[in-house]
Amino acid sequence: MSAGDTIFALSSGQPPAAIGIIRISGPKASAALQALSGSLPEARCARLAKLTDPISKQLLDTALILWFPGPNSASGEDLAEIHCHGGRAVVRAIETSLENMDGLRQAEPGEFTRRAFTHGRMDLAEAEGLSDLLFAETELQRRSAIQAAGGALSRKVEDWQSAILRLSAMVEAELDFSDEDDVTPAQLEMVQSSAADLAEDMNTILDRPRAEKLREGVRVVLGGPPNSGKSTLLNALVEREAAIVSAIAGTTRDVIEVPIAIKGIPFLFIDTAGIRDEGAEEIERIGIDRARAQFDMADIILWLGPEGEGPDSLKLVEIASRQDHPEYQPKSPTVLSVSPLAGPGMDELVALLVERAKEIVPRGDEISVNKRQADHLAEAQVSLDQIPEVQDYLIIAEQLRLARAALDALTGRASTEDMLDGLFGKFCIGK
Amino acid sequence: MNRDFDLIVVGGGHAGCEAAAVAARMGVRTALVSFTKDSIGAMSCNPAIGGLGKGHLVREVDAFDGLIGRAADAAAIHYRMLNLSKGAAVQGPRVQADRKLYKAAIHRMLDAQDNLSIVEGEVASLIFDGQTVSGITLADESQITAAVVILATGTFLNGKLFQGEETVAGGRTGEASAISLGQQIRDAGLPIARLKTGTPPRIDGRTIDWATLPEQPSDDDDWTMSPMSSRRDVPQIFCAVSRTSAATHDIIRDNLDRSPLFSGAIDAQGPRYCPSIEDKIHRFADRDSHQVFLEPEGLDTNLVYPNGISTSLPADVQEAFVRTMDGLSKAEIIVPGYAVEYDHIDPRALDRSLKVRDLDGLYCAGQINGTTGYEEAAAQGLIAGIGAACAIQRKDAPQLDRGTSYMAVMIDDLVLQGVTEPYRMLTARAEYRLRLRADNATTRLSPVAASIGCLGDERRRWFDDRQSRRARVLEELETVYSCEAIADQGMEVRRDGTKQSLFDWLRFPNISIAALKDLGLSVDDLDTGLLAEVEEDARYAPYLQRQESELKDLRANEQIRLGDDLDYAAIAGLSNEMVERLNGARPETLAAASRVRGITPAALAAILVHARRREAKNLAA
Ligand SMILES: Cc1cc2nc3c(=O)[nH]c(=O)nc-3n(C[C@H](O)[C@H](O)[C@H](O)COP(=O)(O)OP(=O)(O)OC[C@H]3O[C@@H](n4cnc5c(N)ncnc54)[C@H](O)[C@@H]3O)c2cc1C
Ligand SMILES: Nc1nc2c(ncn2[C@@H]2O[C@H](COP(=O)(O)OP(=O)(O)OP(=O)(O)O)[C@@H](O)[C@H]2O)c(=O)[nH]1
Ligand SMILES: [Mg+2]
Repeated sequence: MSAGDTIFALSSGQPPAAIGIIRISGPKASAALQALSGSLPEARCARLAKLTDPISKQLLDTALILWFPGPNSASGEDLAEIHCHGGRAVVRAIETSLENMDGLRQAEPGEFTRRAFTHGRMDLAEAEGLSDLLFAETELQRRSAIQAAGGALSRKVEDWQSAILRLSAMVEAELDFSDEDDVTPAQLEMVQSSAADLAEDMNTILDRPRAEKLREGVRVVLGGPPNSGKSTLLNALVEREAAIVSAIAGTTRDVIEVPIAIKGIPFLFIDTAGIRDEGAEEIERIGIDRARAQFDMADIILWLGPEGEGPDSLKLVEIASRQDHPEYQPKSPTVLSVSPLAGPGMDELVALLVERAKEIVPRGDEISVNKRQADHLAEAQVSLDQIPEVQDYLIIAEQLRLARAALDALTGRASTEDMLDGLFGKFCIGK
Repeated sequence: MNRDFDLIVVGGGHAGCEAAAVAARMGVRTALVSFTKDSIGAMSCNPAIGGLGKGHLVREVDAFDGLIGRAADAAAIHYRMLNLSKGAAVQGPRVQADRKLYKAAIHRMLDAQDNLSIVEGEVASLIFDGQTVSGITLADESQITAAVVILATGTFLNGKLFQGEETVAGGRTGEASAISLGQQIRDAGLPIARLKTGTPPRIDGRTIDWATLPEQPSDDDDWTMSPMSSRRDVPQIFCAVSRTSAATHDIIRDNLDRSPLFSGAIDAQGPRYCPSIEDKIHRFADRDSHQVFLEPEGLDTNLVYPNGISTSLPADVQEAFVRTMDGLSKAEIIVPGYAVEYDHIDPRALDRSLKVRDLDGLYCAGQINGTTGYEEAAAQGLIAGIGAACAIQRKDAPQLDRGTSYMAVMIDDLVLQGVTEPYRMLTARAEYRLRLRADNATTRLSPVAASIGCLGDERRRWFDDRQSRRARVLEELETVYSCEAIADQGMEVRRDGTKQSLFDWLRFPNISIAALKDLGLSVDDLDTGLLAEVEEDARYAPYLQRQESELKDLRANEQIRLGDDLDYAAIAGLSNEMVERLNGARPETLAAASRVRGITPAALAAILVHARRREAKNLAA
């Protein structure tokens, strides 16, 4: 299997659907489209065509076809699109015809994106955004992925890169050409304060929730002693019988994860084994250890046990559950009281979770970074942040170089020549 | 005369002289062929050697016992350490040299060199044996044979001089040879491109009003370009600083249409860092004055080099604008400035030893590779000479990389990126600049030089002695001292119980070895250069360590060899542009490929996978 093959895939959602979009990318895209439709449409113009199987000559569908010659296509290669009827049988039939053609094969997951990236159609940050977009299930995920794929992050990084290049050029002019008089001396304070501003700007984005949260969901862990009603509350929140409920203490032993979107925000509800120090047999004890580990990874802990006895954490929310139960144990008046079985308090609880989650997931309309991007960005941020304390131009230049390298790693581009371009464009230097 | 050698070097400029000398030092029987003996070691232009980035190159060539540093000292009439106020890594030693003394020093060293013969003559053509070069034919049709030939012929290929509306083809002897040699190189399939450079008019020093101009004296210090030159022997002179005025700019602006640069007669790219005065005035119209150094060309000549007004305007315009500059109202021009356009070889056709990849037995060094400057030429001469000698002696050439020398930075840039303008060294080109200081060139490189046998006896003795002194200093710096002990020496340190080695204490900018002498260090009899070097290492230690780990990654990728015959077009996922660049550069390793402009991490991954797969296939076969 080689990356030089022509690949195809259904690019729209799983059939059945109103229409299905099949994309073909690679050197044989035009041959494949012609084999099905008889002739190529004009580049970038939709045309209605009868599609027939080249071998059986059977009519497959009447569809819209489009032709994008490379390199100005989404993948950077020759690209064809077939907008067919979205029934399972139609899509399957067209895919089979394509599969039977020489040099064509089904695309691997993400392969279109990877090709777009290798052909320089998008940088790493954009490619990541697109892959998130394809996975997007909730409205918030979708909006945020569009942000990244549209290049909002890349544009931001580009702005930073050119700002740092400008600073580098000033400092390098000072280092390589100050003896040739024609450079205006770089003003140390100016460089320092600009670096600090950039670091601050990066911090704003670093302080925001990570993009992965959107894909992974807000982790809500239910905790409390056995029989405190954790599983019952979970079932009520996710509106189905996801966990077994019984009056026997120690029913839940393993960790149960249930993903669900509420008001467009992805949540991951996690039920755990009830925590008790005595009386637990071996399997239950393992479950208890796992529960404790879940508390560490949680974004929100709903604590159903006795007030104040939960893990000491800012993420903890006290809940008084089983309001209608004979053994109901009320907590302080400020604590939310719910009855998952009877219903009271549940709306308030959901509202509380959504409120908290908004602080934890990125807002759809703001740039957010994933973990990989955050690591590089943090590296750049730290390098810039140290500059105000440095007096030595040589070290400032080094810190700027490290910041540039970190941002280059983020987008996958590279740069000493760019810096020299900046240098010579800006100053009149040389003998 | 002997007609058979191991190595023939064509051209007696800075590149050719270093190439011939280093090969001869390594024991290779070498012939240095140049038009005339007198042209050997000539400085074609500005009589200055060193400077920022360039001074580093001089020290590096010197660390291999090269000629340029010692010759510069023998001829230096003015010493200046550029960037003295900044960190040692960007300080650049620079001298102005007396042309005659410089040439004499080069001749002295070449004459004293064993294994080296100087041949006067014009090289008319190379002798080819298929794709292998096996010697040269001179203009008188006599032949000299050798296993390896190094071309170091400077700007001789299709040179064209411009002065205002006048152009002169070539303008120097040997034009016929240049044409036949040039044609041969084209026929051999080497890619050729065109560049231009220029030079300012030379002024008669007796017509300059020195008294009205600010003086720039030589440095007081006693540093030298080469540690082998124990002191400054030549009398030191002053330079002066003149400036252009509004009137100068007016004259130039009014006559721009008479400059071949603007009339379109020259369309080759000139160096951005060495722009002509007409370029400066055109592109930076907001500046109303430019500084111009007036640099005497020697002790017994009246020629003065006005550094900063390189030009190709007509001679009458040159005279008019020069006379509007400070102190030059009565100045007489002896030789007008001019621009030169010339052919050069696309250096991407070369490998890292500067050998032409597709031909056996042929190396190229110096300005012929698209660089500019004596120092750049000398460094390439050294590398090509070592490469050729190692090939002849069938041993591995030392692998220098971007983390060990400016020379390797330059070669790497040349063979991977090619040139779009005459290439000049700048400290900004070296990403590991903090490690690559002019003051530690010996420590960095002389061990390599010693290992391949290119240090002469005298240097070898000096170097061994220095190594042991350096080891002693480093050992002494291992001693741990408390903050009290340091504070008792009058140093300002916090008395917080810290105990650390002297080396670590030196990280504080206010602590120096000299100030700590009273601790009983036995270092005061050692040379100051050595101490300064060690101090600088200590000062930047945290940064050096971080670069060290960066270099580890680089060197790991440097181990992944791609092979010369990798078919990039066959690697799926590479754009046409990438394939073109990679085919031009033909990187030897994955690390080199990553430095080719426009190569993305994803492309790199594709290349790696392809190379691995091919390797596996080759192993299986
Ligand atoms: C107009 C001008 C201005 C410059 N200004 C500066 C400057 O300000 N600062 C600076 O650092 N550099 C400057 N340079 C560049 C610098 O002079 C060169 O880069 C450097 O000298 C190149 O060294 P080289 O050894 O490659 O070639 P060269 O020094 O040119 O030496 C070439 C040698 O080859 C010989 N030769 C050529 N062809 C043949 C043949 N067929 N047979 C036998 N012998 C042959 C020549 O006689 C000559 O000795 C300038 C160059 C020019 C032309
Ligand atoms: N009436 C009433 N009963 C409840 C409520 N919540 C839980 N219960 C009952 O309490 C008992 C224990 O509930 P579970 O949800 O299994 O408790 P748990 O915390 O998951 O217990 P373990 O898994 O054993 O740790 C069951 O019999 C539930 O029916 C409630 O809101 N009202
Ligand atoms: Mg349970």
